[in-house]
Amino acid sequence: MTAAGTTDRMTRLLALVPYLTARPEGVRVAEVARDFGVSERQVRSDLELLWMCGLPGYGPGDLIDLSFEGNRVRVTFTAGMVRPLRLTTDEAVALVVALRTLLELPGLAEREAVSRALAKVSAAAGHAADRITPVAVSVDAREEALAVVREGLERKRALHLTYYVPARDERTERTVDPMRLLLVDGRWYLEAWCRQAEGVRLFRLDRVDDVTVLDERAAPPPQAHERDVDNGVYQPEPDATAVRLRLDRGARWVADYYPVESVAAVDDPPGGLAVTLRTGDPAWARRLVASLGGAARVDEPAGLAAEVAADARAALARYRAQSQPAPSNAG
Amino acid sequence: MAAKRAERLVNLVIALLSTRQYVTAARIRATVPGYESDDGSERADEAFKRMFERDKADLREMGVPLETGRTSAFDTEDGYRIARADYELPEIRLTGEEAAAVGLALRLWESAQMAGAAHGALVKLKAAGIDVDSARAIPLQPRLDGGEPAFEPCYAAARDRRALTFDYQRPDEDVPGRRRVQPWGVVAWHGRWYLVGHDLDRGAERVFRLSRVVGMPKASGPAGAFEPPADLDLAVVVAGQVGGTEHVVVVRARPGTAIGLRRHATPLGPEAGATDSDDDRLQLRTTEPGRLADQIAAYGADVLVESPAEIRDAVISRLTRLAAMGERA
Repeated sequence: MTAAGTTDRMTRLLALVPYLTARPEGVRVAEVARDFGVSERQVRSDLELLWMCGLPGYGPGDLIDLSFEGNRVRVTFTAGMVRPLRLTTDEAVALVVALRTLLELPGLAEREAVSRALAKVSAAAGHAADRITPVAVSVDAREEALAVVREGLERKRALHLTYYVPARDERTERTVDPMRLLLVDGRWYLEAWCRQAEGVRLFRLDRVDDVTVLDERAAPPPQAHERDVDNGVYQPEPDATAVRLRLDRGARWVADYYPVESVAAVDDPPGGLAVTLRTGDPAWARRLVASLGGAARVDEPAGLAAEVAADARAALARYRAQSQPAPSNAG
Repeated sequence: MAAKRAERLVNLVIALLSTRQYVTAARIRATVPGYESDDGSERADEAFKRMFERDKADLREMGVPLETGRTSAFDTEDGYRIARADYELPEIRLTGEEAAAVGLALRLWESAQMAGAAHGALVKLKAAGIDVDSARAIPLQPRLDGGEPAFEPCYAAARDRRALTFDYQRPDEDVPGRRRVQPWGVVAWHGRWYLVGHDLDRGAERVFRLSRVVGMPKASGPAGAFEPPADLDLAVVVAGQVGGTEHVVVVRARPGTAIGLRRHATPLGPEAGATDSDDDRLQLRTTEPGRLADQIAAYGADVLVESPAEIRDAVISRLTRLAAMGERA
């Protein structure tokens, strides 16, 4: 994880000759480019550079020699560059942590292979992998739904889901065509075409209360595209209502827990934050404000505060009506 | 990188790999193309020295094991060499299945913090003749979010075992507080990143949310300054700090309501000497009573707390504050 430009090219330059050595039959330049994740032009420029390098003396018999046959390139003299450089600590950590994360996944069919790969990679990484790894990814391994969802994906079958929607506090029943599983920061999501909503949806697996594999084939329609989740999994609909809140100091966590559109410090309440959230669901906003127990004031939408207060009064009335008297010091 | 410089570095690696003798800087200057030649001037000497120092630092940074030493007792100055056995990736053979597992695993870092390191590992494995290919498509995409700027300095300090100083914004405090920590490691836990370490001012183990770190953490002092506990399990530490004592709570919920609570509740039978109410009685367990009270209050009149009294009071006081909101509106 050093200055990326320098290291990337040097790593590639030192790896190219060993890469070609391991493939004595020759490799198409396009394939080299794909394997190294660079353009063909970059590969050609790297090969030209390597052609100028070699053993001290730097005569015709000392320089790295490559031969091109059509589109294929082979190495004919390596100048002693036969094996790639060892893994750095960072590379070993990236590899070992990734494999360990996979091992944590419940119901993973490739478990044995992952476990063997981990052992071999750790051995090859040597001391770099011996130390306590300074990174871990904890996976929620209790997802019983995961094995069933995977089966659906592998057999290309539709799934029936009982899915909890927290915004409306309800269980929904739906038939979906599974597309892929995502593991984002240790949390599982199923991306699927939802036949009820007629759209691509992400389902958090910890909210799946029941799932069964149907006999029907999974057939996501052509308009079902995988979502780009690089900017987070939560993407509000464009026409969602703005909810503007002023948070007390004690409720400021809301700003880093929920995706907020804007945040600004305010003096009223003292040390408070003004935040704007977007939601397509008024019930969610009501639930959020109520769950903050008075630590959030509502600036928008109009009427939201009154609704929350009416709900709270109804609840207090029930407590009062109960045979046990509510404690007098409450509030 | 400039082609000239890349060429020089590759030639330097090849030259030092090809010899068992230590090669002096002067000899390197005379043989490896691209260095400022010796014209006897001090300026040229200085230029060479700077260039060579930078090259050595870069090679070491990349993990090239550059050794310093003397071949014989008669040598008057140190020379350099690269021991092939230390340089080369040891033999590694993976079956097709194992290579596919590696390919899948490395996708975890795509667009995430260690993307560069993962790519470097991939390139080296391919260069070792392993066809790490995602052709054997597994319909699974592990990934981590890349948007945590504090990750890199925290990870690097944990890796090098250097003390770390940063400003930390607790949500319930007005201004960030300065923390000095011996960082043990960085963990993704339930969808969020945490730094685990020993807080030097509090003299105790602490967990920090990376998203609450303000600005860039700074490492200080020497590497290898501390040793994390031998039996350290980062995820367990985070789980332990986030958790706490378990409270058992009994609530009454109107039939068909409070689905979210019911998902984690045990249904109880009606109370002895049952009332006329047709509410369902549910037993809940929580390590975060405050959060549960928030959740119950949000259900309004649908859910009433029966016991314990502290949680019941906590919910009533929340409801009382919420009821007052209407008066202001």
